[in-house]
Amino acid sequence: MKFFGSGHGACPGCGLPIAVKTVLNVLEGKVFAVNSTGCLEIISSQYGKNAWNVPYIHSLFENAAAVAAGVEAALRAMKRKDEGYVVVFAGDGATADIGIGTLSGAFDRNHDILYICLDNEAYQNTGHQQSGLTPPGESTTTTPAGRVLPGKVGRKKDMISIAVAHGIPYVASSSVGYISDIRRKVKKAVKFEGAKYIQIHSPCVTGWGIDGSLSIKVARLAVETGLYPLVEYEYGKLTSVKKIKDRKPVEEYLKLQRRFRHLFTHERGREMIEVLQKFADENAEKYGLDLRKEE
Amino acid sequence: MRKVVRGFYSVAYSVKLCKPNVICAYPITPQTEIVENLAAMYANGELGDAEYITAESEFGAASTLVGASAAGARVFSATCSQGLILMSEVLFNAAGMRLPIVLVNTNRALSAPLSIWNDHQDSMAMRDAGIMQVYVENNQEAHDMVPQAYKVAEDRRVLLPFMVCMDGYKLTHAYEPIDLLDQETVDSFLPPYEPAAYMTTKKPLAFGCYAPPHIYMELRVAMQQAMERAKEVMSEVYREWGELTGRDWGGHIAVDFPDSRIFVVAMGSVVGLLRKVVEELRREGQSVGLIKIRTFRPFPVEELRDALKDAEKVIVLDRSVSFGYEGPVSIDLKSAIYGHSSAEIYSYAVGLGGRDMPKDFLEKLIRDVAEGREEPGFAFKGYHEFEEVIP
Ligand code: SF4
Repeated sequence: MKFFGSGHGACPGCGLPIAVKTVLNVLEGKVFAVNSTGCLEIISSQYGKNAWNVPYIHSLFENAAAVAAGVEAALRAMKRKDEGYVVVFAGDGATADIGIGTLSGAFDRNHDILYICLDNEAYQNTGHQQSGLTPPGESTTTTPAGRVLPGKVGRKKDMISIAVAHGIPYVASSSVGYISDIRRKVKKAVKFEGAKYIQIHSPCVTGWGIDGSLSIKVARLAVETGLYPLVEYEYGKLTSVKKIKDRKPVEEYLKLQRRFRHLFTHERGREMIEVLQKFADENAEKYGLDLRKEE
Repeated sequence: MRKVVRGFYSVAYSVKLCKPNVICAYPITPQTEIVENLAAMYANGELGDAEYITAESEFGAASTLVGASAAGARVFSATCSQGLILMSEVLFNAAGMRLPIVLVNTNRALSAPLSIWNDHQDSMAMRDAGIMQVYVENNQEAHDMVPQAYKVAEDRRVLLPFMVCMDGYKLTHAYEPIDLLDQETVDSFLPPYEPAAYMTTKKPLAFGCYAPPHIYMELRVAMQQAMERAKEVMSEVYREWGELTGRDWGGHIAVDFPDSRIFVVAMGSVVGLLRKVVEELRREGQSVGLIKIRTFRPFPVEELRDALKDAEKVIVLDRSVSFGYEGPVSIDLKSAIYGHSSAEIYSYAVGLGGRDMPKDFLEKLIRDVAEGREEPGFAFKGYHEFEEVIP
């Protein structure tokens, strides 16, 4: 049975439908889907062309966590919890920027929900504006590379740590480049009672400026360079990390994408590449990403 | 059971009898004690299987009710002022999603300048949201309105949010003897909520779809039609309530002395005092009547046309202002009676931010109009000229 698909209008190569299908299949469609405004909602919920074959609600941009809390509370109050899992699908802007208040509230109250942040690193639905999860050096329409500025200056907000700091039972990052990793983590997450957060790196072909056929390759490179570490926390403790055999330099990831193209010509490009490399190195250090000979 | 209680409790107790499944709220003066009373009931196990959630903001509270209501729950929240307008994005959304959420708004002024006192600027800002609005005169009416609100909102001919508006402080903090309803009475009046559509894995449905131009307008027309049907449903429910409890609060409007030449039109707690003033003026021989607007949305167009068809002068007391124009009740009333009455309209903004409206003030206001000392039009009444610091 298909839980998501027929009629969705995502660009070919988009990571969103891949992630959503994987989550819904793992949970065998026993899902109450709560979606924030964004690309996913626009490509899947047009009136009369609904692509969801699970109960679905979209309310606003910034309130998916609170809406999910309400669905969960209602199911609990009405003794219908066995009907399914309450799962949020929200973009990075909805999660890390405009919706972080309701997200923090839902985490704080530890509602029994699985919150999936589909991280394509900018507001892609409105044409690629920067969000808190846009990495440094990326040229977006609101942080364009110009004569002076080399794209976004500033960090990618560390939502994983923010989620962990709430003391919720399960926090993980994953990637559309690693479907079996998503599958395993979702399966594990729903075993915990309380709030769960999984942030899934999801390529956007138009925003990132990549060929649709390169989505998986690019997503994998983000992991292989250490820019997007795949980690897992249970009750605040780091319990698993996807090790990397020969960590690649970040340039290999950057050079395939139009959003970073200016870094190879811009006056401050080198500097930004170094910032990103440092970011990857810090991740490697923090999580012990590098697979050493003896391991 | 007759008991002397505060306005907060009269509402909270009534909410409890309606057996909501999910209550979610955020504290704000002068609403807080409503949800505190409910929290105490919850802590004491008096709310059955209900879930009581302390939200991180009013925006979050309203959003949580959207999710709960869509999942098939009967829901409740209370708020006012900054809290209500913080909810506003969600409330417009909830109305469009046709969710029968019930709210109590303890009317309070809006900032700036900051004021915790009573006027109607907050709920008037929600006028166009697609939410039914009823203004109550006293705490017994507030107590009685809650079950009626659920019955109307959940009626399949309606399915829209319902907001009961009660004046902050003037009602919320007042002690009054209240005939508290009992469970059997409410159960006999208000059946368990059976949603027309709700989120279930047994029959997956999508809520909050996006509508391109070929369908958006049709769905908005449907909201207007639901509001029109709500007027009928409210009339039925008000009547039924009167028969069941012996307390008949009138229809969409309540008219005292319908044969008068001059009418005062008002909403909320000031109506009680106005009734006294009008009675006294009548004893003096003035032909003054009183119209209390209960239902503000849907607006009682036909009722006002009928009540004012032979009126010569109408004094509308607004507790808020549409800046750059005049009071919203007055604006709506004029548009409703246009072509149906030749009455002169005296549109007054009064009692903003808790400004007192004592008896002699109201009396003078009416007398000045009745005795021809005023010109028709809009004015603020009951304020002092003062020198602004910043011009
Ligand atoms: S714009 Fe990006 S995120 Fe949106 S559907 Fe296309 S590829 Fe997916």
